[in-house]
Amino acid sequence: MSGYLLKLRIWRGDKDGGEIKDYPVEVSEGEVVLDAIHRVQGTQAGDLAVRWNCKAGKCGSCSAEVNGRPRLMCMCRLSDFEEDEVITVTPMRSFPVIRDLVTDVSFNYEKAKELPAFAPPERDADGKRRMAQIDVERGQEFRKCIECFLCQNTCHVVRDHEDNKPAFAGPRFFLRYAELDMHPLDTHDRRELAQGAAGLGMCNITKCCTEVCPEGIKITDNAIIPLKERVVDRKYDPLVWLGNKIGLRNKDYDGRTDS
Amino acid sequence: MSDRHPMTGNLMSGEAQGGMERHAYDVVVIGAGGAGLRAAIAAHDAGARTAIVCKSLLGKAHTVMAEGGIAAAMGNRWPEDNWEVHFRDTMRGGKMLNNWRMAQLHAQEAPERVQELEDWGALFDRTDDGLISQRDFGGHKYARLAHVGDRTGLEMIRTLQQRAVALGIDVFMECTVTDVFKDGDAVSGAFAYWRESGRFIVFEAPSVILATGGIGKSFKVTSNSWEYTGDGHALAMRAGASLINMEFVQFHPTGMVWPPSVKGLLVTESVRGDGGILKNSQGERFMFDYIPEFFKAETADTVEEADAWYDDKKNNRRPPELLPRDEVARAINSEIKAGRGTPHGGIYLDIASRRTPEFIRKRLPSMYHQFKELADVDITAEPMEIGPTCHYVMGGVEVDADTQESAVTGLYAVGECSGGMHGSNRLGGNSLGDLLVFGKRAGESATSYASSLGGTRPQVDEADVKAAQASALAPFEVEGGENPYTIQSDLQQSMNDLVGIIRTRAELEESLREIEAFKERARTMVVEGHRQYNPGWHLALDLRNMLIVSECIAKAALAREESRGGHTRDDFPGPSDEWGTKNLVVNLDAAGTGVDLHEKPLPEMPDELKGYFA
Repeated sequence: MSGYLLKLRIWRGDKDGGEIKDYPVEVSEGEVVLDAIHRVQGTQAGDLAVRWNCKAGKCGSCSAEVNGRPRLMCMCRLSDFEEDEVITVTPMRSFPVIRDLVTDVSFNYEKAKELPAFAPPERDADGKRRMAQIDVERGQEFRKCIECFLCQNTCHVVRDHEDNKPAFAGPRFFLRYAELDMHPLDTHDRRELAQGAAGLGMCNITKCCTEVCPEGIKITDNAIIPLKERVVDRKYDPLVWLGNKIGLRNKDYDGRTDS
Repeated sequence: MSDRHPMTGNLMSGEAQGGMERHAYDVVVIGAGGAGLRAAIAAHDAGARTAIVCKSLLGKAHTVMAEGGIAAAMGNRWPEDNWEVHFRDTMRGGKMLNNWRMAQLHAQEAPERVQELEDWGALFDRTDDGLISQRDFGGHKYARLAHVGDRTGLEMIRTLQQRAVALGIDVFMECTVTDVFKDGDAVSGAFAYWRESGRFIVFEAPSVILATGGIGKSFKVTSNSWEYTGDGHALAMRAGASLINMEFVQFHPTGMVWPPSVKGLLVTESVRGDGGILKNSQGERFMFDYIPEFFKAETADTVEEADAWYDDKKNNRRPPELLPRDEVARAINSEIKAGRGTPHGGIYLDIASRRTPEFIRKRLPSMYHQFKELADVDITAEPMEIGPTCHYVMGGVEVDADTQESAVTGLYAVGECSGGMHGSNRLGGNSLGDLLVFGKRAGESATSYASSLGGTRPQVDEADVKAAQASALAPFEVEGGENPYTIQSDLQQSMNDLVGIIRTRAELEESLREIEAFKERARTMVVEGHRQYNPGWHLALDLRNMLIVSECIAKAALAREESRGGHTRDDFPGPSDEWGTKNLVVNLDAAGTGVDLHEKPLPEMPDELKGYFA
C-alpha cells in the first residue's frame, strides 16, 4: 500500500452551528487520522482548530469522534478503514463546541476541583513510606488514565441528559475516587461523597466508558462496581449499622475519617 | 458570533474598551509541565499569589512523555548510592561542562523531592520491602530511577496537577505568553492571548518564571510535541537575558523509525536498562565497538560480562548499551551510515530474545502498547526498529544555580528552558529530577523577591502593552504572504539536515544562511481566518521563537570547534581541553533581529568536589 486520496470529512463551525465539509487529502502508509487532519491544516485550512500534543496516545488531547466512535485521533490508524471508505471526524458530542474539533472540556476540570485530595498519615521514622507492590497496582491501573475524557463524552448519563452534569462527576472521576479509596495509605473515607455529591448511584454500569478507554482501564469492573459495592456495604450492612450504633467500627474504617 | 465570551462574559475584542483582561499576581509561572507545576506549588506554599499560564490543557504538557523515571540517590536498591555518586555521574555524563553547583544541588535534593511526590499521592513501583523501586539507566552507576512502569512522567504530572488543583492555584489554560514586560531592568509582567478566543491578557507581576520546556519542534525528526517551540528561550532573550550551551542538543538514541507518521516518537531507555540490546542488520551487537576512552574503565568489553551485570553489579561492568545517550546515538548513526541499518533506516533494539513476554509487558507496558497499536510490532516477539530523534536541549537561559534567576531581575527559568545543569549531555532520568529540584527553588526565590518589594512594584508600561498587541496581531495585517506551516516545515527539514547529530562548518554556515532566508519569509507570513482558536495564527507567533532559537543553536554549534556530548563536529572529532573550560553565551543583538555570541569561562568547581574526579 502506498499513498491514496482519503475521502475525509470534518465538522467545521462554532457554538452557533456548523457543517460537515469535504477535505479530500493525500495520505500514505502507516498514517493515522491525526496525520490527515494535520495535512488538511497545513495545506487546505490553516485555521482548522484541533487539539493535540504528544501524538502517541499518552496525553489524551486529540479526542474526537471518528465515524461516530469516540477515539483518540492519534491512535486511529487509517489502515483500519477501507481506502475508499469515507472518514468523518466530528467533535466530542457531550461537550460544548468551541470551534471545529475543539470542545469546551472545562466540566472535567470543575469536577476535578470537587475531589478531596489524598490524605496520607505521617511518614515512617526513616522519612520513607512503605507499601506492597500488589497494593499499589490496583491504584496504578486507574492512574494510567490520560484524561482524554472519552469516557466522560460517552457516558449516557450526561451524553443524553445534559441536566445531569451538575450532579454527576462521571467515569473519569469515579476512577479517581476508587483510586484514593483503594490507596493503601489514604486516611479519608470518600464513599459517601462518591455516592452523594459525585452521583455514583446514577451509573447503571452499561460499561460504555470501559469500551472507549484508549488505555484499556477496566473502569466499570475494577473501579465503579467495587466502589458501588463498598458504598452499599456501608449503607446497608446490618453489622455495620449495628456497629455504628454501639460504637464499634468495622476494620475497613481503621485510620479513615469521613471527608 | 456574540462579542461576549460564553464562559467568562468578557468582551472578545482586544480593541474594545475594557476588552483586555488584566490580572495581578506575585508570581506568574509560564508552563505547566513538571517544572512549572512544582514552581507554582512552591510559590503558593511560600505565600505568593500565583498563576500558572499554559499553552495546552492542564496535564497535557510534555512531561507526560517522560517514561523511564526520576533519578534520585535514595539508596533503596543500592545503599552504597548517595548524592556524591549521583553528582559524579551527572558531571561525567555532561562531559564536565555542567554548572557544578546545579549538579550538586540536584543530586542532594532529588531524593526528598521524590519522596514529596509520594506524600501527594504518587504511586511508584515498589521494592520487595515496600520502598520506592529504582531502575538502571544509562550513565548512572547504580539503579537510581524511581519509576512507575514506563509512564513515570504521567504519574509525576498528574500528582503535581492534582496537588496544584487541591491548593487552589489559578490556572490559565490554553493561554500563550508572547511578551515579558519590564520596568527599567526589572520584570513587571507578561502579555498573553487566550487560544480559545484570541483575546489578550495583561499579567502584572514582579516575578515571572519561565518553565516552557524545549525547542525540539525546530527539528523534523523529534520526540517533542507542537508546544516545544522555544518560547521561554526566546522570551528570555527578548527581555535581555542570555542563553548558554545552545549548541548541545540531545538526540535520543532510540526513536521509532516506522511507520513514517510516528518517526521520532520516543522509545524509552528503560528498554536497555531492563536488558534490551542494540543490533545491526548483520545481527552484531555493535556497541562493543564504540566504547570511548572516557568510559572504558567502567564499561563491559565482553558479552558475558555485560550480561552478567544485570544480576551482579559488584563484579561486572555496565553493558555498553547503557553508555550516555550521546555515545549511543552517535554509534547508531555510524552503523546506519555504514550501510548496516534496518529496512526502514534504523537499528534493531531487541528485548524479545532477552526477557520473557510477561517481564516485558509488566515493565514496559506503554512500549508494548505503542508498538502494537502504531507499528503492528509485538515487542515481546520481535525486535523494534529504532533510530536517533531530537529529544532535549541542554542549552537554555543562563541562571543563578541557587535561585534560578536570570540576568533580568524578577525573571526566572527552570527545567528544560534553563541551561547549565546538564552540561553538554543530559543523563536519562536527570530531567524529571531537575524539574522538581529547581522548580521548588525557583518558586521560593521568586516569592521571596516579590515579597521583598513591599508596595513598590515595577509597573507595566501601556506603550509596551500596545506594542505587544500590535506585534501579536501583525500576521493578520499582511496580504499575499506565505503560510506559516510551509516555513515551519522548511525550517525543520533544514535544521535536521544541517544542524543535526553530526555537524560540519560548511553545513552550519549554510544553515545560518537558510535561517536568514526563513526570517525574511516569516516577515511576510499570513494567516487566514479570525482570532478564535486559530492554529495558523498560533503557529505564526510560535515560529518567531523557533527561528531565533534555531539561530542560537546553529551559531553556537559553528563556534564550538570540538566534539563533546550533544555536539558532534565531523571536522573536529574529539573533545578539546581548551573548549572544555568555557561556555558559549548568546544574546539578542542590538537590532533585536539576530544573535550575538561570546565565550565565558565555566564556573570553577571547589577543590572538595574536584576530588571526586581525581
